[in-house]
Amino acid sequence: MKKLLLGNEALARGLWEAGCSFVSSYPGTPSTEITEYAAKYGEIYAEWAPNEKVAMESAFGASVAGKRSFCGMKHVGLNVAADPLFTISYTGVNGGMIIAVADDAGMHSSQNEQDSRHYAVAAKLPMLEPSDSREALEFAKKAYYISEKYDTPVIIKMCTRVAHSQSVCELSDRVEAPERKYEKNPQKYIMMPGFAKKRHPLVEKRTADLTEFAETSDINRIEGEGNIGVITSSTSYQYVKEVFGDSVKVLKLGMINPMPKRKILDFAASVDKLIVVEELDGIIESHCNSLGLSVTGKDKIPMIGELSQNKLAELLGKEIPHGKTLDDELPVRPPVMCAGCPHRGLFYTLAKNKITVFGDIGCYTLGAQPPLNAIDTVICMGASVSGLHGYNKALGKEAEQKSVCVIGDSTFMHSGITGLVNMTYNDTHGTVIILDNSITGMTGHQHNPTTGMNLKGDPAAKIDLEALCRAIGIKRVRVVDPYNISECDKAIKEELAAEEASVIISRRPCVLLKYVKTKPSLSVDSEKCKACHACMKLGCPALYIADNKKVSVDPTQCVGCGVCEQLCKFGAFGGKDEK
Amino acid sequence: MNTTKDIMIVGVGGQGSLLASKLLGSVLLAENYDVKVSEVHGMSQRGGSVVTYVRFGDKVYSPITDKGCADMIVSFELLEAARYTEYLKEGGTIIVNTQEINPITVITGAAKYPEKLLEKIKAKQISVDGLDALAIATEAGSQKAVNIVLMGVLSKYFDIPESAWLEAIEKCVPPKFVELNKKAFLLGKNH
Repeated sequence: MKKLLLGNEALARGLWEAGCSFVSSYPGTPSTEITEYAAKYGEIYAEWAPNEKVAMESAFGASVAGKRSFCGMKHVGLNVAADPLFTISYTGVNGGMIIAVADDAGMHSSQNEQDSRHYAVAAKLPMLEPSDSREALEFAKKAYYISEKYDTPVIIKMCTRVAHSQSVCELSDRVEAPERKYEKNPQKYIMMPGFAKKRHPLVEKRTADLTEFAETSDINRIEGEGNIGVITSSTSYQYVKEVFGDSVKVLKLGMINPMPKRKILDFAASVDKLIVVEELDGIIESHCNSLGLSVTGKDKIPMIGELSQNKLAELLGKEIPHGKTLDDELPVRPPVMCAGCPHRGLFYTLAKNKITVFGDIGCYTLGAQPPLNAIDTVICMGASVSGLHGYNKALGKEAEQKSVCVIGDSTFMHSGITGLVNMTYNDTHGTVIILDNSITGMTGHQHNPTTGMNLKGDPAAKIDLEALCRAIGIKRVRVVDPYNISECDKAIKEELAAEEASVIISRRPCVLLKYVKTKPSLSVDSEKCKACHACMKLGCPALYIADNKKVSVDPTQCVGCGVCEQLCKFGAFGGKDEK
Repeated sequence: MNTTKDIMIVGVGGQGSLLASKLLGSVLLAENYDVKVSEVHGMSQRGGSVVTYVRFGDKVYSPITDKGCADMIVSFELLEAARYTEYLKEGGTIIVNTQEINPITVITGAAKYPEKLLEKIKAKQISVDGLDALAIATEAGSQKAVNIVLMGVLSKYFDIPESAWLEAIEKCVPPKFVELNKKAFLLGKNH
């Protein structure tokens, strides 16, 4: 049966068809849907782990047990899971194990643009790179084959344009994986120096064997004829075909590590000119250089951002079409916190009090945008808590009374807890604000250990954030409603003044959650509005300045949260909109 | 000869462009085309400018549409229509919902929402099919049906039977919203 599938959905389908029975992941754009789709299959046990390291180790455990397992993450998630990655490379697997990593060239929804292919080289692991949904499905099956035959976890590298593009797939039935009983094997599974020393040569031998596989497998295929040869992979392959059609000879690499040698040298010898087309870093190019080949590559094709067919054509000296633009300068439309977002009132309070704010990863990163401008730093998951600790140690009491960190509920579970442990253990008196909106928001509403539900939508244990913080040694733990500005203001001032570490839990569920009942839209009495625009400091998309300079409410957006109403000294905001 | 056709769906995060592209992709697949649909998820969905590419033909390679290459653009909002005219190819058509949604830069007063955008697009000799899709969606029963109204308008430019579109709506939309969306589609189509 033919079906149009998202790349991530196709990968999930491939896992299912190949007999995968265990999935553990942490959500992250553009990888999230792989696991969400996998969870829809009854034969697959699927879960959200609190972070990528836990997910990978769990998938490893399932592999040791003899099951075909999977874990998925975005590129920066692989940094978190890098510790198990490098050593699972030594132990190898029992049941096949796939690790999917989704890169985000162009940074559509990420804090950096790292090229995860470096990890495959560094950890000495095979990495497959599908170029569309059909290959994502097929490569899942190939990956389990490689994993079990060569005793290795296999990385499947996705990117935004493969993960979030739909293309046509051919579907098959599930084939159950053969049973692989666990047998105790300390030399293989206990990586202490004596045993690990014996495993490393096996890893090098495996790479040699996989290189031979790369030479002969049709996963690395040659297409077309011509004097110009192009070596490419992933979504770049699609741009090459779009620009050149069948007019050049293409070596499409489906396996990016290890790369073949003979196949590339023979390919190079069959053409007059060699071009390497790859997004981000020059991984294929470096390999070609190591074989003594000189290529056109990163001298023309940038290491920054995504490619496209026009970009590639222009870089290689071809004419490209141009469309018509208007003469007006158009205002940009950056993403913004939703109308009624529970984070807004808290950020407003922090900005008003001129607090230094260590931020974290999530929807609330948008608090850094004007007009709130409420955040000072954002690095990676959990960095807010530890960053605040270092800042306060460096600057002392005065800083402690003027700085906080903000971290979401899911991010706190992911890697904020250890930072809080450090604050109590090494004694700084900072204030940690947990923005508890009862869901993992930015990636599209995934459950986490604080929500009381699991990935399959069943009730689950619910971590008590207050009790957890107290157990870590925080005596001052309080909960505020971020829709209540004066309550937020009072809590922040009191906790900053306290000479000990404290946690404020700013608790209100994400307004986009289905069970959240919103209120009718507010309206503005234009007689009462004095056009002071105090409410406009919130940056709420439901408010706008009308032609008479007075504030108006967009009833299609307003959810009646009432935060703006609290900032109005003139009582101009009224209840239910007349319309 | 590359026969791939390019449709772009542009708008503001939250307006339902993902459902529109799912519907379009489903119709085109049923017509036996090779199809690719490229979406943006994550941060851009939070009220930002969003764009979806739908490409179809005998064999489609790239999942994205480039500047000067779109046969048609369907814009869910006026300013977004102006932003993406550059992607339209010579002789292409842009369907525009004339609804205006202020970006945060306008809300905060850092920028002004440009005036007379529809006229300015037309002045560039661009073929424009403009309509108030919000009013039509409201007539159909929900302001949220703007996306399907616009798919109805788009369907006028295809030689695909109405029944194929209506079947695709049944496949792509939760059962309780099917009738509403069919109504929205037909109001858009007959506009």
